[in-house]
Amino acid sequence: MNNLKRNLIILGVVFLSLGAAGLALSGSDGDEHGGWGESRADLASVANATYGQECGACHLAYQPGLLPTEAWARIMDPAALADHFGDDASLGDGPRKEIAAFLAANAAGRAGQLPASAFAVGSDGGSALPRITETRYFTRKHHEVPVRLVAGNPGVGSFSRCNACHRGAAAGNYNEDRVVIPGAGRWDD
Amino acid sequence: MMKPGVALALACALGLGLPSGPRAAALEPGAAGWVREYPQPDGSPARSCATCHGRDLTLPGRQVNTGKAIEPLAPSVVPQRLGDPEKVEKWLQRNCRWTLGRTCTTQEKADFIGFIRSQ
Repeated sequence: MNNLKRNLIILGVVFLSLGAAGLALSGSDGDEHGGWGESRADLASVANATYGQECGACHLAYQPGLLPTEAWARIMDPAALADHFGDDASLGDGPRKEIAAFLAANAAGRAGQLPASAFAVGSDGGSALPRITETRYFTRKHHEVPVRLVAGNPGVGSFSRCNACHRGAAAGNYNEDRVVIPGAGRWDD
Repeated sequence: MMKPGVALALACALGLGLPSGPRAAALEPGAAGWVREYPQPDGSPARSCATCHGRDLTLPGRQVNTGKAIEPLAPSVVPQRLGDPEKVEKWLQRNCRWTLGRTCTTQEKADFIGFIRSQ
């Protein structure tokens, strides 16, 4: 093989490697906001069948990474489940313990999730149960969303209905690019 | 014109389903209980089984607080309905407490199950 051919092959391999590295570093879904250094986190998908079945029966099975351990523990207390944000979500001991353990193990602050401080809930709420929609991270991310698009929107109704606007919510994808607000379309800011 | 006493007796007889009138004119206990509205102590609107599940069990329902769609309860539409006794008991326990404000009696549970099964 002559030098030119060898050099061209080496150059080709180098460019291919750079391209592959670029793809690897470019972020999971190549969205226009994504890229190397983007800290937008996709939350780990719900990976416990009992949790998905029991807690997804009435609402989106919120990813455990959305609240810190202490908050989940308060919610999973048997008395709290009987008065679960205005509903009765009582569970048998077996499922309740299994779900509580799953939530605790995958809560905010645990490995792979956003830090617990991001989802801290104030302890000044008295006896009221902690809400994902009242965490620091959540309020910071949604403070620009007008009421008329949520509470005043028949297609949404409440910030608690993540999957009404976040079309990838069930898979843990809350990327802004996948937001489609009923009656309003994509979120532009 | 019928005397008031006779009218009352006739109404009671119909209600009891005695052969003095067509039994179909009186609602079965399960069907009647299904739509009975229960005022709530915390001030939220009165609710019945139909509030979430609807009156026509062949149609989807809607969780009144979260808005989530509930598959039709009628076994004629969703054959798995009533097939898992533990699941039935779990939901009767929760929903009786949440709607009636107390545990349903065995008779009430039987009536509700009978009503669902007939849809």
